[in-house]
Amino acid sequence: MLEAALAVWDSIPVMIQTVTVLVIEVVALVIPIMLSVAYLTLAERKVIGYAQVRIGPNRVGPYGLGQPIADGLKLVMKEIILPTKANKFLFVLAPILSLGPALAAWAVVPLYDGIAVANIDAGLLYILAMTSVGVYGVIIAGWASNSKYAFLGALRSAAQIVSYEIAMGFALVGVLLAAGSLNLQTIVNAQNGGVLHWYFLPLLPLFMVYFISGVAETNRAPFDVAEGESEIVAGFHVEYSGIAFGVFFLAEYANMILISVLTAVLFCGGWLSPLQGVVPDTVFDIPVLGHLLGHGPHWLLAKTSFFLFLFLWFRATFPRYRYDQIMRLGWKVFIPITIVWLLVVGLMVVTGFGPWW
Amino acid sequence: MAEIQNYTINFGPQHPAAHGVLRLVLEMDGEVIERADPHIGLLHRGTEKLAESKPYNQNIGYMDRLDYVSMMCNEHAYVMVIEKMLGVSVPLRAQYIRTMFDEITRILNHLLWIGAHAIDIGAMTVFLYAFREREDLMDAYEAVSGARMHAGYYRPGGVYRDLPDSMPKYQTSKWHNAKEVARLNANRQGGLLDFLDDFCSRFPKYVDEYETLLTDNRIWKQRTVDIGIVTPERAMQMGFTGPMLRGSGVEWDLRKKQPYEVYDRLEFDIPVGINGDCYARYLVRIEEMRQSNRIIKQCIDWLRANPGPVMLPDHKVTPPSREHMKGDMESLIHHFKLFTEGYTVPAGEAYSAVEHPKGEFGIYLVSDGANKPYRLKIRAPGFAHLSSLDEMTRGHMLADVVAIIGTQDIVFGEVDR
Repeated sequence: MLEAALAVWDSIPVMIQTVTVLVIEVVALVIPIMLSVAYLTLAERKVIGYAQVRIGPNRVGPYGLGQPIADGLKLVMKEIILPTKANKFLFVLAPILSLGPALAAWAVVPLYDGIAVANIDAGLLYILAMTSVGVYGVIIAGWASNSKYAFLGALRSAAQIVSYEIAMGFALVGVLLAAGSLNLQTIVNAQNGGVLHWYFLPLLPLFMVYFISGVAETNRAPFDVAEGESEIVAGFHVEYSGIAFGVFFLAEYANMILISVLTAVLFCGGWLSPLQGVVPDTVFDIPVLGHLLGHGPHWLLAKTSFFLFLFLWFRATFPRYRYDQIMRLGWKVFIPITIVWLLVVGLMVVTGFGPWW
Repeated sequence: MAEIQNYTINFGPQHPAAHGVLRLVLEMDGEVIERADPHIGLLHRGTEKLAESKPYNQNIGYMDRLDYVSMMCNEHAYVMVIEKMLGVSVPLRAQYIRTMFDEITRILNHLLWIGAHAIDIGAMTVFLYAFREREDLMDAYEAVSGARMHAGYYRPGGVYRDLPDSMPKYQTSKWHNAKEVARLNANRQGGLLDFLDDFCSRFPKYVDEYETLLTDNRIWKQRTVDIGIVTPERAMQMGFTGPMLRGSGVEWDLRKKQPYEVYDRLEFDIPVGINGDCYARYLVRIEEMRQSNRIIKQCIDWLRANPGPVMLPDHKVTPPSREHMKGDMESLIHHFKLFTEGYTVPAGEAYSAVEHPKGEFGIYLVSDGANKPYRLKIRAPGFAHLSSLDEMTRGHMLADVVAIIGTQDIVFGEVDR
């Protein structure tokens, strides 16, 4: 039976084989992402609920676990209203352009040693490119809606994302300098050797700049001026309804997860176990416990969840920045910090400073 | 080269930060406001005109609905002006009760303000914290009048009835088991005064919680410091009152300058701002909450020690007790007259104002000697504040408009009347 299947498989042309494998891989990646996006919305409502001394959704299913499904179903059933004077083509294209890159960037994210849809050498560049393309969705949405609120939101968002892209890029250059590679697998492996070897310590300013820029990139509180519900109502997606709005929503949350996972990969050792070097190495040889304590994707998951929690925590705590203050923070604070720290990192690498190099 | 034009944007009347039905037509140069044109009247219910066709006591309910977040203070100004024209004085215990409920109302109003202001600027959590405390104060309203908001508790000649000896309690239900209900009812075992006493001892800690989230928060300061500055001179010229005026550094508070009820017997301070910006007004209101708490505490102590009547015994103005009405012919006549025709107020005119949480809330009453007002003019503080919106927002950015509307503490019930 198995031989027969293999024989059939071998008879298929190599090109189709590759495509099939890739499609399966993509599906295997995207479905969990979409599910985690759905449950991230529930987690957000629960976390913020508890921060605000209330319970959060608990009606749909046990502990409210059916809530994201119900929300999704509601959005799908609703009518998508096309504003009369909107540019129909771009109006429909915008949500797709917004979600597409957010998912595509996942291709290079290493989940474990050697496990990624595409283990390419220019992984870091690819990530930068993909996250930058995401801004087009927002700009096009704002423009195509033909609404002043949406337009204002799109302008704000464009300026903000472009500015923070620079600080973010510089922070990534720091990682590149430290690891000497653009390949995400190599970057994680370069951090091998225990918590102290992870890059968040030598690159602490860059780490913080990267994460804060990430919050700004995803248009999350306190940088959510592009949506700014109390100023421009919902910003760029004010005219969207039904699942078209839902797609923007998915994109925002997919981006949040992406930023969190990248922070974990680039600065916090990805799948590496924080217990490495803390407990004796023999512990990792214990059958089940060893796997749990040793390196593994579950550590990546834990780290990502922690950063995602920070996103939610920020949202529950901080007031919103004003548009010009965001710009000032990006250009006058973050970019100088990153540039200075790049020099420091360069010096550290050259002199072989500390346990890192 | 194409000429660059300003554009106008409609801010409201259905806008999350428009505080009700404010409609602003903003002329904008990019993100910067060139001109802000507030349009009012969307909540106009003709209160002043309606009052002309109702016997005096029946108008008290309309007063609640003016500024619908500081209900009893509105009533207070109205009953005070009637008392002034009738020339009656109120029993001391009723005066203390009124003072106490004025301050409860002030806290209620400021809690809503801080929640709305913070949520406008983007801090969501304060809103829900503030509403947690509002719930207790609403319960106090309910205990005393039966209504959580539109109380109708003050009457010319006193207050409707004395403070209750027991608080309503939660019952066990599908959602609350016995243990939870016992926890919820822990501070409801005694009378209203015990309940409020408990609240007063908890409240300063709650204010600290709001302050932890906002006062030293860098983002909060960036959003409020130097936004919407009003100089003391300009504030007086534009008719500002209340925290808007005190935020600019003018020490003016009717509770101190023209003491009514028992404010001259109580100890409290008037907080005054320095810069006249949104942050100064924020600090002023926060401190006012603490001072109100102080006043409530003093009132509780006095009310505990001094039982007595809460209504004027003059049955030309206040209804006789039900027991008397059943047994005494004269009382029955009084009762019948009061609940059909009402009482008449001598011809003349009078103005009376209270320090409302938002500023000076005054009623100007003209009477022709009938049983209903000939003319009732309401001096709403929010109206004067809103009319300065253009001046305060000019040159600021769109996001600051939201902060300024928040700091003005606009409620459309009183602006549109």
